[in-house]
Formats: sequence, C-alpha cells, structure tokens
Amino acid sequence: MIWQFDLIILALVVISAIAAITIKDLLSAGVILGAYSFLMCLLWTEMGAVDVAFTEASVGAGVSTVFMIAAVYKTTRRTKD
Amino acid sequence: MELILAKYNYWIYVFLMMIGFYAMIVKNNLVKKIIGMSIFQTAIILFYVSIGAKKGATIPIIEHHAHSGAIDPAHYINPLPHVLMLTAIVVSVSTLGVALALILKIYHQYGTVEEDEILEQIQ
Amino acid sequence: MKAIGLITVFSLGMALFYATIDFPPWADPQSPASLHVSPHYIQETMKETDVSNVVTSVLADYRGFDTMFETSVIFTAGIAVILILRKYSKKEDEKFLPEVSEEAEPDIIIQTVTRIIVPFIQLFALYVIAHGHHSPGGGFQGGVILGASFILLAISFNLKAMLRRISERKDILLGGIGLLIYSGIGALCVLLGANFLNYKVLHLIIPEASQVEARSYGILGVEIGVAIAVMAIMIAIYANLSSDGKYDKGL
Repeated sequence: MIWQFDLIILALVVISAIAAITIKDLLSAGVILGAYSFLMCLLWTEMGAVDVAFTEASVGAGVSTVFMIAAVYKTTRRTKD
Repeated sequence: MELILAKYNYWIYVFLMMIGFYAMIVKNNLVKKIIGMSIFQTAIILFYVSIGAKKGATIPIIEHHAHSGAIDPAHYINPLPHVLMLTAIVVSVSTLGVALALILKIYHQYGTVEEDEILEQIQ
Repeated sequence: MKAIGLITVFSLGMALFYATIDFPPWADPQSPASLHVSPHYIQETMKETDVSNVVTSVLADYRGFDTMFETSVIFTAGIAVILILRKYSKKEDEKFLPEVSEEAEPDIIIQTVTRIIVPFIQLFALYVIAHGHHSPGGGFQGGVILGASFILLAISFNLKAMLRRISERKDILLGGIGLLIYSGIGALCVLLGANFLNYKVLHLIIPEASQVEARSYGILGVEIGVAIAVMAIMIAIYANLSSDGKYDKGL
C-alpha cells in the first residue's frame, strides 16, 4: 500500500461522510452516500481486500443507492436538518 | 511521531464511526438516521478489514505455479476478516431495505419522516 | 438534545482513541489476528480444495455454516420487506401520498441502450459467479449484479416490463430455491455419510472427481445457490420499495 493514496482517500471519505449527513436534501444525501461507498471501495482495493471491494462496489454503491433513491422518491425530499 | 505513523488509520476509522453515531442519535430525520447507520457500519467493517492488512503482502489469491513449494503466509494478506465482512456488507444492504420499508410505512401513516413531528402526532 | 448527543459521541470517541494505543501497529504482519488460523487457510487451500482464491474457499467451505445462515438472513429480510409493504387490495387507503407523483416520459435512448446492455450485464454476472474460484467474485457479487440488471430494466422501462420477465411468484420461489440448493448440498453430504456441508464425499456421485475436486465442485454449487437467492431478494426489495408494495408502475 502507498501511504499517499491512503491519506488522500481517507480524507475524501471523511469529507463525503460529513457532506452526506449535513446536506439538506435527502435525494442528494443518498447520492453522496453512493459516492462515499465508491471511495470506501477504493480504500479496500488499496488495502488488498479485493473481494470486499468488489462486493462494496456492486452492493453498497449500486443497489443500496437505488433503494435509498426509491424510498426518498416515494416519500419526501425535504428535511429540516 | 512513530505512534502517529502506526496508528493514524485507526484514528480516522474512529472519527468516521463518531460521525455515523452522531447522525444516528442527533439527527431528526429518519432517512438521515439510516444514512448515519450506514456510515457507522462501513466504519466498523473498515476496521475489521484493516486488521487483516499486512505490509509487503499481496492479495489473498494463491499463484497457480507457487504451490509446488511451501507457501509463506507472510506473502498473502489475511483472508479471514475479508470473508466475515463480505457477508456483513450483503446483510447490511438487506437491513437497509427493511429500514426503508419501515420508513415508507411511517410516511403513509403520519405524512412526515421527521421524528419530532411524528412524536407530536402520537401524543 | 444536541449537546447530550455531542457529549455521548465525544466520550465514546475518546474511549476508542484511548483503546487504539494497545493495538498492534497498522498493517503489522506479526499482529495476533494473522498468526493463528489464517496461515492454515493460506497454506492448505490449494492442497485441500483446489481453489486458489482463499476468500472463496474459506467463505463456502471452511466456514460454510456462517455463509448459509447469512443467506437465510438475507432471505428473511426479503420476506420481512414483503410482509411490511405488500398490499393486495386495489383500493387506496393511504392518508398521505408521495410528494412527487408525475410520471417521467419514457426516453428512447435510455431504453435502447438498456435493451442492448442488459444481456452483457447478465453474462458478466454469470462469469463472476463461475470464475469466483480463481479471481475476485463469487455468489454474493454475481447475484447482486444479476439483480441489478433486472432493476435497470425496471428503472428504464417500468416495473411492469420487469414483472413480465420475472413475475412476483417466480421471484419469491427463486429465493427459496437458492437457499434450498445451499442447504440441499449440505444435506446431500449427510446422506452420503459425512458431516453437514463436508463436500469431500461428493466424489461418490460426481464422475471422475477426486475428493479434492469434489470440494471445488461443492463450492461452485453453493455459490450458485447463494447467487440465485441474493438476486431474487434484491429484485423483491426493489419492487416493493419502488411501488409501495402495489406492484403497479414503479418509479
């Protein structure tokens, strides 16, 4: 593993996690959670856990984002916090 | 300095976990709480996977020509945490599905996904 | 409320920061977690199971029970979503409807591209399942990709188009069949006179297979079961979430 990549990806992961919980629109929050999952997948690839990264790319970033957007679309986008 | 270099990864995982936990208990919106739970889960999974990491080792797929001689375990990353966490990720997406189904049901009943408005209507 | 939450989070975080001092350094090859069980898996997997991807062999062979019950957790979650959301009566009894209710216009470019790309996605998913022995992949990933191809169909056309390919009844049945394949292979091992999920004895019924190769075939069968179950449950959860359990037009 290369510590420069490690540090950059970890910083991006923390930024997208904070963005996902502070943004005031639930649809955007769902999409940012998908981006967070892709960055997490990069982190695992860099750590050598290829199977876990593959699962995260297909499950966390793909299907769970779709579930989140389907649920938000069926309820409401607005939120107070 | 040596302590920081050896441990900074763990500290960032703890920080991620704190973000998820904060969203779970402070945020008022139920979908935000679910997002916090997701972040919490991935932080713990990240910690487990990092236990298996080894410096100077390769991914846990044995080379086909290497099995004539003895295989040195130090050359391959520990596969056990990967197996446990791989199933945990797939289970986490199905729990996410159940949680979102409950949120849909709550919305049909109360017309909102904000926790305080639901509590007002219940009383 | 916010202050109490912040104090709780901060104190828990401090406790965990303090605990990291006792941990072995990050990515240390001599850490205790890497010294006891995993060297056996790494050294023996080629000799004992003929599977070069250690993760697959541990997942489906050495720790087969774990994976079997994880699959049943996924199946149970799918059933729970159906029980919570599915509505069989036609009448509208909801007090509150979704805020966005207008339907999007069907887009010809998206529909054509989807029609072309779905077979390739499914072919890739089958490759991921079958090639999980030698490369990253396996039942869970392949099953999710198969499910995602159907979900893509449902998003770009509508839910009815997906239900024409795979109806609700067929979908739930497939989920059960996947779990049954997994536990059935385990039960077959018992019938042939070994422990549950000990694939070694399958060489009695697979022609021209040694005991080691029989374990490899057993892993493949189990992965197929997992893939079918995961695919069916992903489709069921999406169909229920996107149509409020009414199975009408979807998003």
